[in-house]
Amino acid sequence: MRNISFSQATLEAMQEEMRRDERVFIMGEDIASQGGIFGQFKGLPKEFGLERVRDTPISETALVGAGIGAALAGAVPVVDMHFADFIGVTMDEVLNQMAKIRYMFGGQATLPLVLRAPDGVTRSAAAQHSQSLEAWFLHIPGLKVVIPSNPADAKGLLKAAIRDQNPVIYFEHKDLFSKKGPVPDGDYLTPIGKAAVVREGKDVTIVSYSAMLGKCLEAADQLGSLHGIETEVIDLRTIVPMDMETIYESVKKTHRLVVAHEAVKTGGVGGEIAASVSENILEYLDAPIIRVGAAFTPIPFSPPLEKRVIPQVESIVEAVLRACW
Amino acid sequence: MLMVGILTSYQKGCFLVGNKAISTDLLQDWYYRMLLIRRFEETINEKFLAGDIPGFVHLYIGEEATGVGVCSALNRTDYITSTHRGHGHTLAKGAEAKRCMAELYGRKTGYCKGKGGSMHIADFGIGMLGANGVVGGGFNLAVGAALAVQLRKGSEVAVCFFGDGASNRGTFHEGLNMAAVWKLPVVFVCENNQWASTTPIHEATAVTDISARAASYAIPSAMVDGNDIFAVYEAAVEAVERARRGEGPTLVECKTYRVKGHFVGDPEQYRTREEVMNQMENNDPIKKFFERVLREKLLSEEQLQAIEQRVAEEIEEAIRFAEESPYPDPEEAFDDLYVEEEASHA
Repeated sequence: MRNISFSQATLEAMQEEMRRDERVFIMGEDIASQGGIFGQFKGLPKEFGLERVRDTPISETALVGAGIGAALAGAVPVVDMHFADFIGVTMDEVLNQMAKIRYMFGGQATLPLVLRAPDGVTRSAAAQHSQSLEAWFLHIPGLKVVIPSNPADAKGLLKAAIRDQNPVIYFEHKDLFSKKGPVPDGDYLTPIGKAAVVREGKDVTIVSYSAMLGKCLEAADQLGSLHGIETEVIDLRTIVPMDMETIYESVKKTHRLVVAHEAVKTGGVGGEIAASVSENILEYLDAPIIRVGAAFTPIPFSPPLEKRVIPQVESIVEAVLRACW
Repeated sequence: MLMVGILTSYQKGCFLVGNKAISTDLLQDWYYRMLLIRRFEETINEKFLAGDIPGFVHLYIGEEATGVGVCSALNRTDYITSTHRGHGHTLAKGAEAKRCMAELYGRKTGYCKGKGGSMHIADFGIGMLGANGVVGGGFNLAVGAALAVQLRKGSEVAVCFFGDGASNRGTFHEGLNMAAVWKLPVVFVCENNQWASTTPIHEATAVTDISARAASYAIPSAMVDGNDIFAVYEAAVEAVERARRGEGPTLVECKTYRVKGHFVGDPEQYRTREEVMNQMENNDPIKKFFERVLREKLLSEEQLQAIEQRVAEEIEEAIRFAEESPYPDPEEAFDDLYVEEEASHA
């Protein structure tokens, strides 16, 4: 076990998978010569060459479209979107090609493709470089969506995504790149579709993921010390396919549920979880399900404005107190 | 811009195209495939109007020389990407008429097990990476397939068929630029059929010779009569060989004409019957081929008749196969979404 950054963990995942399988390559804007804006590709070109670690034109549509075509023809592409926000530029490729090619051709196609999408709020990146868009892809059958919250899962999920025979969108929160954490030695995979109970408690369940998970753990500490509430925290890790069983099991024990994410609350992943819980295990609930998410605004630039629209630790504490009335 | 000339050299039953001989076998294969597509499409038209085929259907009638001419310059392992008007490309690449027909009928025995239909027909077994319901959706898939080939140092080539309408999508620009800058083994074949759905080319496209755009990407181009299969083949061979040699992409523009409506059932209020009749009379690719091979004694009437007979039987068999094939079980709607674990549909 080593203590390394999220960025370093993703770099190790790339190195190990590119060594293991020569069909794996990565392309994107500013990845080879610059090493990625978060240093997440540093040194890759030196080991693997500029064919397999390639800088591309600023052509997001061609980037994703060519990634799909390459996967269809036997390669294993990892496509870096630079910022998750730019998926908007290439949405047709994701929506109408990537998600549907296997299904609409009756299973003839195999599409082992990873779309890396750095998302979330960091350092006043403002409206077009700060979004959390995972809920869009929950609504499109045919994709898998993973979203790690810590370096160990960042590595394990990226390796699992590269080995997966299906298209996977890999959201990586920009604010997490520099965060350090324990990462196991050697080759390991974090299974796609499995949530993790990262803190056990009996009074209330919080489901979260990505950077918001850290705030949930802080909130859980406060709730314990100030209010005597024992909070169970689940790290979803995968959005599609969603591990509802782990959530149900926890809610059956705690009878209360809060879902927290940095993405806009309206139409978000939290709503989907709340709906499934109330459809399937309503009888176990002792309180309304509370969703915590960003306000219904684009992300503003100025630091106090940005902070205002994004859920903070106190937003989660408040939500839990509402659920524990 | 390179204008490909009409072939002149002819010896011992073989034409020479550049340094490539066109054998009698190839000529027969052209006639067979063009006629197969024509009869397939005519049959589809009839069956669609009779209510036997669901969905939308876009016919390739009048453009057969392009698909067949280009695909006959390819190997089985080469890739093509296609358009919403994709039955012709699929058959030209070597797919079986009966499995195409079954797909259009929505049957279990179709290439996509009834999940794709006319707009999403595909046969990955012969490198046919799919028709595409999104106009301009195929450019980057072909670019990517060519990239995979380049990365593995393979010898395959990818061909992207697209229409003049698709040339106004941003995917055209991004795809051609990327292919050019990386010298990918891809050939962009524009089937300039003069119509983007219901809009004539001059109303939607500032420069109506799409091949002129090759200059923007510093790649070679050719502009040929897309209804002359000899000319199409010559241009395709040159482009495909260039790609295989690692010299990068070519833009080949085939001037053709869409004699049918955008879709079956299109009232075609945007053009005169006269215009269409004139094209059918004077610019039909199959008629032109037929007349030329007889005039120049390249094939005999008996040879042509034998092919006509073979095509008629194959179409009859395709219809029988499609009509007798079962529909997929409704539960099959949940298959093929993901590899390995199927998605929960609870």
